[in-house]
Amino acid sequence: MADHTDQQPKTAIWNDPTFRAIVFQILAVVAIIYVFWTIFDNTLTNMDKRGITTGFKFLDNPAGFGILMTLIEYDETYSYGRTFFVGLMNTLLVSVIGVVFATALGFTLGVARLSNNWVISKLATIYVEVLRNIPLLLQIFFWYFAILLKNLPHPRESMNFNDSVFLNARGLYTPGPVPTDGFFVVWLAFGLGIMATVYLVRWAHKRQDEQGLQFPVFSSAVGLVIGLPLLAFFVMGMPMELDYPSLQGFNFQGGMRVIPELMALSWALSLYTAAFIAEIVRAGIQGVTHGQTEAAHAMGLRNAPTLRLVVIPQAMRIIIPPLTSQYLNLVKNSSLATAIGYPDLVAVFMGTTLNQTGQAVEVVGMTMAVYLIISLVISSFMNWWNKKMALVER
Amino acid sequence: MSKIFTPLPDLPAPDSSKGFIGWLRHNLFSTPINSVLSVVALYIVFSAVIPALNWAVFSANWTGLTEDACNSGGACWPFVASRLDFFIYGFYPSELTWRLDLSFLLLALTFGPQFVEAFPYKKNLGIFSVTGFPIIAYFLISGGSFGLESVPTEKWGGLSLTLLLAYVGIVAALPIGIALALGRRSEMPVIRTFCIGFIELWRGVPLISVLFMASVMLPLFLPEGVNFDKLLRALIGITMFQSAYMAEVIRGGLQAIPRGQYEAASAMGMNYWKMMFLVVLPQALKLVIPGIVNTFIALFKDTTLVLIIGLFDILATVNSAIQDPKWGAVETEGYVFAAFCFWVFCFSMSRYSQKLERKLHTGH
Repeated sequence: MADHTDQQPKTAIWNDPTFRAIVFQILAVVAIIYVFWTIFDNTLTNMDKRGITTGFKFLDNPAGFGILMTLIEYDETYSYGRTFFVGLMNTLLVSVIGVVFATALGFTLGVARLSNNWVISKLATIYVEVLRNIPLLLQIFFWYFAILLKNLPHPRESMNFNDSVFLNARGLYTPGPVPTDGFFVVWLAFGLGIMATVYLVRWAHKRQDEQGLQFPVFSSAVGLVIGLPLLAFFVMGMPMELDYPSLQGFNFQGGMRVIPELMALSWALSLYTAAFIAEIVRAGIQGVTHGQTEAAHAMGLRNAPTLRLVVIPQAMRIIIPPLTSQYLNLVKNSSLATAIGYPDLVAVFMGTTLNQTGQAVEVVGMTMAVYLIISLVISSFMNWWNKKMALVER
Repeated sequence: MSKIFTPLPDLPAPDSSKGFIGWLRHNLFSTPINSVLSVVALYIVFSAVIPALNWAVFSANWTGLTEDACNSGGACWPFVASRLDFFIYGFYPSELTWRLDLSFLLLALTFGPQFVEAFPYKKNLGIFSVTGFPIIAYFLISGGSFGLESVPTEKWGGLSLTLLLAYVGIVAALPIGIALALGRRSEMPVIRTFCIGFIELWRGVPLISVLFMASVMLPLFLPEGVNFDKLLRALIGITMFQSAYMAEVIRGGLQAIPRGQYEAASAMGMNYWKMMFLVVLPQALKLVIPGIVNTFIALFKDTTLVLIIGLFDILATVNSAIQDPKWGAVETEGYVFAAFCFWVFCFSMSRYSQKLERKLHTGH
């Protein structure tokens, strides 16, 4: 008997899926390399023609322009590289402010939409439906041009609160804290408080797992993180002075200044993002089935512990992934600052620095890289947290 | 002797639990805290809504042609009325605006029937809206052929430009998004890695940096002599950005198709492309129509960003009109009008997508 296995008609090689996959991928790699090489070559030729030198050397040149608001030391003599960090710090500042306020307002509104109080829930619904259907840029313009700049007075006619806080078209001036000798102890106490809290949370968790005893973690954490530094502050004899703003000539000197651009931007960002967060929170809470609440009640839990121990932990699982993308959106949306002149990364670095140096590829590349890195860091942190919170199924 | 039990007639519900009073007790004053909240909320509503309504409606100025007509202290709507053409058409030559009107009408005729439940040719119209309509609209708006006068893109502006940017963005992003979504689920590691990298790159950066890139860097990327105009560069940027989001929406649809569908198609002897285009994609795309509408809403709002690179969308026209010294302080009126335009479009689209979602939700 002849062995038939050799006689079976062999598939033609171009019909073999493995072979075809390899060919496709080689072709794709060649095409991608060709496209990128063409772009690279064109860019080099074009930059050569326009007399632009490539490389990051320009970052060391003096910038020669002032920036409206700087969190780190900066003046005209600093380098272009420094403008990058000034812009980055301003972007991070407005993002953090936005995330904090949007979260607080968004959670409040989300719960309010589910309230059985008719007025409250309707108000929250109207807020959400109005705010999220109007472009953010329009809202920023509205708050900045139509509300703030129209209504804030000149510095000489500032709104005066108790001779220490002033509000005018140049910004909000408040007394600024100036730490004196010995203030480092307060920072030390703060660090100690955080470390102690981490330890306490672990210990309380372990104890509850083993003995079923609960420990008031939240209030002790508040005491450690806020109370300990406060205690250190008073023990050290209040090592801090307040620098009051005062009107000198046409402007205020000293103190802390919140520029109107920052106010308008963080206000608009928070209100806009809060509308989206409210929807996420509402969906999260509605996603926990009613049976869970009933079961908790049946086990003898009152309303407050039911919420705290049963509903919220489960709702958070639904809430966190979309909440992360809202935070990312907020950080990316903070780049709209450039439209009203708040000196964020895009306005300072991709705006002024790019215009002055003409180093388009490097500047745009660096800016995009920053946003990409922020996105990757936030999403990987949130993924880690989400995994920690996720339901462990048997 | 036996007594027959005859129940007394039911008592009517107490007065306090029915009608308006009952509604109030149930919805506003059910607990002391609720009562306080209701009173505070109502106070806020009245103290904010009445002045706002007063400004916008009751003491507003409705008629007139110049600033002098605005003397009542309320909103100055004649400003909006006098610049309405500018807000809608931008700098488009006024004797040619019928071409934009015709495009709007065509758009309305294409999408209007989608809302009518019983209309039979919905699918054909849907296909026309992404194929035939953009071509006709392009020739109508830009002109230069069929005896129509050519209108350079610098003159395009206002609401029509906003609609055009959003529409082109979504239509051009659809095929690229489908390709990227298929690539991301491909079994070939090179293709998959490239698609993941592409999608995550665009999704990780703000649209404004993409627009900057399109307006500053794109000319550097192109060979000598090739130059796009500003609008086309912005459109390329928007399309790249949008296709990444579209890809993620479509991937969601692809993942929702049960494995059996793929296996059945393979068992019928279909190859990859037949399986995708005849079996999987028709089901997946139908599933993600609400998601596509939602990305369209996001894109529609994001098109306002083009004013930063110097295009004249509706927000830019409002921004320039409120600078007009002939009118006093009309910032609020201008922005409220623009906000209202956006709100009407976005709100109706989001309602439509919610309706679709409910209709398509056949699961449990």
